[in-house]
Amino acid sequence: MNDMTRTGLETETATAKISARGVQVHYGQNHALKNVSVEILDRAVTAFIGPSGCGKSTFLRCLNRMNDTVASARVSGQILLEGEDIYDPRVDPVQLRARVGMVFQKPNPFPKSIYDNVAYGPKIHGLTRNKAELDAIVEASLRKAALWGEVKDRLDAPGTGLSGGQQQRLCIARAIATGPEVLLMDEPCSALDPIATAQVEELIDELRASFSVVIVTHSMQQAARVSQKTAFFHLGHLVEYGDTGDIFTNPKDPRTEAYITGRIG
Amino acid sequence: MTDLSAAPGFTARPKSSILTASAEMKRRNAAEARFKAYGMIAVAIALATLAIMLFTILRDGVSAFHQARLTFPMELSAEVLDPKGNRNREEMSKVTTVGYQKVLSKALLAELDRQGIAQEGVSDKEIGELISKDAAGELRARVLADPALLGTTITANVLATGRIDGFLKGRVTLETAERDSNISPDQLRLAEKLRDAGLLRSSWNWDFFTNADASDQRPEAAGLGVALLGSAYMMLLVLVMCVPVGVAASIYLEEFAPKNRWTDAIEVNISNLAAVPSIVFGILGLAIFINFAGLPQSSSLVGALVISLMTLPTIIIATRASIRAVPPSIRDAALGVGASKMQTVFHHVLPLAMPGILTGTILGLASALGETAPLLLIGMVAFVDNYPSAPPEGFLDPATALPVQVYSWASRADPAFIERSNGAIIVLLVFLVIMNVGAILLRRRFERRW
Ligand SMILES: Nc1ncnc2c1ncn2[C@@H]1O[C@H](COP(=O)(O)OP(=O)(O)O)[C@@H](O)[C@H]1O
Ligand SMILES: [Mg+2]
Repeated sequence: MNDMTRTGLETETATAKISARGVQVHYGQNHALKNVSVEILDRAVTAFIGPSGCGKSTFLRCLNRMNDTVASARVSGQILLEGEDIYDPRVDPVQLRARVGMVFQKPNPFPKSIYDNVAYGPKIHGLTRNKAELDAIVEASLRKAALWGEVKDRLDAPGTGLSGGQQQRLCIARAIATGPEVLLMDEPCSALDPIATAQVEELIDELRASFSVVIVTHSMQQAARVSQKTAFFHLGHLVEYGDTGDIFTNPKDPRTEAYITGRIG
Repeated sequence: MTDLSAAPGFTARPKSSILTASAEMKRRNAAEARFKAYGMIAVAIALATLAIMLFTILRDGVSAFHQARLTFPMELSAEVLDPKGNRNREEMSKVTTVGYQKVLSKALLAELDRQGIAQEGVSDKEIGELISKDAAGELRARVLADPALLGTTITANVLATGRIDGFLKGRVTLETAERDSNISPDQLRLAEKLRDAGLLRSSWNWDFFTNADASDQRPEAAGLGVALLGSAYMMLLVLVMCVPVGVAASIYLEEFAPKNRWTDAIEVNISNLAAVPSIVFGILGLAIFINFAGLPQSSSLVGALVISLMTLPTIIIATRASIRAVPPSIRDAALGVGASKMQTVFHHVLPLAMPGILTGTILGLASALGETAPLLLIGMVAFVDNYPSAPPEGFLDPATALPVQVYSWASRADPAFIERSNGAIIVLLVFLVIMNVGAILLRRRFERRW
């Protein structure tokens, strides 16, 4: 995981899952995202870093059209998921979100049982034909989220009764239960203690095997630890994008260097 | 320490022991103590007012739940009640209540005679007057329903007249009887003897809950039956009309409607609607539902429509508040796994908002139950002595409502009606308390779970 040169090489052969071209976002008069173009690779972890308010979350929320729920938000530009424009008028964002899952900053399990939390997505998308299949998906998702061992005896217990770290892993399990191709995570560890953070980071590293993972983080160490690609945002601009190792050891833009050496932030 | 006090913006604080309170601290503590005292006084005034109100209502109203009754054996003479002797109901109904009245007073006189109670100057007619005017009608209905009773001796258990009831309850005294054309002191003294002999007794008054209203001469027979049924019909209709409309409107406004000038205007108007004086709704109801739509006056349907107009804003406001109280993170979570807007609302937001919606609905219904003014305007204050029939036709029959019954009894002259008015208030309060406690329990039970 710490071997950056190796991970850097590994991504060379990967294909782009999402390509964004000239994405602009306005919140009313506020120009929050300015002309962002980026290629997000399949089966890799991409980290978005940058100071608070620079538009990381805004861009992330563009990728599964969660910005549609913000009345004042206007998105322009092009975002292609495997070559198809997700802002095409024919696209139903609900269908899109089944393929591009999301994990939020604050763990937000439904106030239902652990089982129902994970089973909800597969149920509404009609992914299973019977209870046995659903059980299998729930178990597989919880296993992938490294939570199965801790909750397998109390699947009927409320999800809100778990610890913060467990809740976040439950949310990850819930997101992967719908079988998404991309997993968006907005500062998934910011509400967690160091031990839970380490568990979630380890999990993210494992998820890379099956998904394209995009993670927003305010922790540069975290970005360095879990990601293969890093994008640095500043004041709504995508300043620099490249292999994580290069960004941290050899930044090209002076603003990136200033940020990672702690002079802006 | 020296460094700090030298820094700009810091003034040196004189050194003092923390074991003694400074003058400044004493002043602040005194202000706090004063404020607490004001608060306690305010609470005490509120509680005292409530206590006084409850005390007077209970003092004047509890007696309505007991009623004086005369019990004596009575021979139902077939010659008098069925002169033709053929037990034909048509023929028998030619005997009016006056005939039955005579049978009743004759039986009472006979019983006095048998028990050796002297009349002491009270005439036969005056003794007959001790029996409620309602009793004859009741007996007639009973006999017509079951002619086989003729010729047998039954135990009559009939209402005593209102003044005698008042005498047992202490409302009527020998002094007031002097000035009362309806009763004489001698009659009261005789009643005392009847009581001692066990013929006259005050007992639990079920009739109060089941009887219809009664005319001015028979306050002892007046009951809440029609009002209770009318109120029940109205609450049912209000529930059926308001909850679906109110909840649907709230969901739409909160979750789906765009936020623009139109929805702002709607929001303001809904709040205004909740603040419109109820009498205005009464006038509106009279104009629209009765004069324009031609619905029958005094019917529970019109009452419910008018009250729905007032309850709807309350329910919408409560529902919107509880929908808004559901944290946005739950909506994000649902949308994030690909739930549609509709699924998000119905699977997650509504269940979480439900306790609040139910509480708001119950409180809205509770205030609707006590609503009087608009019902007066649409004619529900009319004297109704027939039960409305079973729904749905019954919704169009004349009915009255609990608070309106309180009003109409309170405006009658006979003090016996005032007692009943207070009794009706007690019944109304019991319902309101039950509803409010239900709302509180619901809220406790489903305290936010996220
Ligand atoms: N829902 C919103 N409505 C209006 N402005 C928003 C909203 N969300 C974010 N913004 C604005 O967009 C800019 C970028 O915010 P955000 O993407 O949340 O930054 P970051 O996640 O990098 O901290 C900020 O200036 C913020 O004020
Ligand atoms: Mg953010």
